[in-house]
Amino acid sequence: MTVLLAIGTQKGLFLATGDDDRRAWQVGPALFPGTAVYTIGVDLRGPRPRLLAAVDNSHFGPSVAVSDDLGATWHEPESAPIAFPEDAGAAVERVWQIVPGSAAEPGVVYAGTQPSALFRSADGGRSFELVRALWEHPHRPQWGAGFGGQAIHTILPHPGDPSRLLVAMSTGGVYRSGDGGESWSPANQGIKAYFFPDPWPEFGQCVHRVARDAGDPEQLYAQNHHGVYRSTDGGDSWQSIAGTLPSDFGFPIVAHPHRPGTLWNFPLIADSERHPTGLRCRVYRSTDAGEKWEPQHEGLPDGPYYPVVLRDAMCADSLDPAGVYFGTRAGEVFATNDEGETWSTVVTHLPDVLSVRAVAV
Amino acid sequence: MPVLLVPGVLRAEAGGASRLEVAAAGTLSAVLAEVGERWPLLSRRIRDERGALRRYVNIFVDGEQAALETPVAPGSEIQVLPSVAGGSR
Repeated sequence: MTVLLAIGTQKGLFLATGDDDRRAWQVGPALFPGTAVYTIGVDLRGPRPRLLAAVDNSHFGPSVAVSDDLGATWHEPESAPIAFPEDAGAAVERVWQIVPGSAAEPGVVYAGTQPSALFRSADGGRSFELVRALWEHPHRPQWGAGFGGQAIHTILPHPGDPSRLLVAMSTGGVYRSGDGGESWSPANQGIKAYFFPDPWPEFGQCVHRVARDAGDPEQLYAQNHHGVYRSTDGGDSWQSIAGTLPSDFGFPIVAHPHRPGTLWNFPLIADSERHPTGLRCRVYRSTDAGEKWEPQHEGLPDGPYYPVVLRDAMCADSLDPAGVYFGTRAGEVFATNDEGETWSTVVTHLPDVLSVRAVAV
Repeated sequence: MPVLLVPGVLRAEAGGASRLEVAAAGTLSAVLAEVGERWPLLSRRIRDERGALRRYVNIFVDGEQAALETPVAPGSEIQVLPSVAGGSR
């Protein structure tokens, strides 16, 4: 078994196929050339993997293209798959996240957009409807915009309960629903928002990414705009796990696909200095739910290193041992087939990498 | 009938056509409404779901830059052109 690695960049989608060892890669030509691919959804619940690429053309707007043959052919619907209803008075600027619902809801797919909104599909991602309760939330006028725009970038359906859903937005923070999206509440207790006069608000945090633990669905990890946190109660409260990291700033955080307590991130120096800590290309891994972190860099570039890893540009595959992948804004993609002990280069000289997804095939 | 000239980059969205004859006239808005009915994929490349022209798409009616309320005569030529201000970073 090997991996199909989908690499979304500022100027197209690239598909890389690994050998059985996930060390050597064949990288195909740009699909959707000139089009930014901010995220790629992968739905493994049907008879064949479905890829859903969020394609964003700077002239002609956003859309979603679907492939049921691992990227050989793509289909895009005539009508906009993700669009606000007329009475919302808004237009989708960008799709930041596409995530299949739980196994109990075949056909359900969620999408997070800029401006911050959640959309739900019941037909596998071909058409979506606005989740109105979140769009009409009384907090929405106070949600802000980070440097990348105001967006819902994280969607975590609960694996055991389709009525439970968590989203995160920049800025605004974490929100949860326990009734299938009919109502929403903020869940940011313990996450600091240092950029407000009151640094501990109910909402307004700039959460960059949330990941769910492989073993305990109530255990969550959040990479914040300064701050790395863990929740052991499904988001009721958050505690810092940044203690042994070289910095608490960064964008991605990725949980191991099947080993509880193991996660990776890519620390940057600071908000005001967005380079890897120590100017070294180093991934950090924790195997005890964030209590201790260790750098992993064997096989990664040596010497001064400046590129950034964006929030959707790090992922894991489902194999054992797990593979981890990340892409940089310098157009490089790196992979490990041994959970970060050693790394190899998948490809260099691509456009800025915005997103990566690994599909075992 | 007004004729919509489709740029090469959008012809796949118009079934390969470079010229589309439309029945509607009056204003550019009416023409684009008909485009939305008959060629929805082309339409959403030009306008967002609110009906607003996309920021980096320009439309010219008989050679003059147009807005939604620009008059369109039965013999008008409507040209859709991507702006030079766009493009990926």
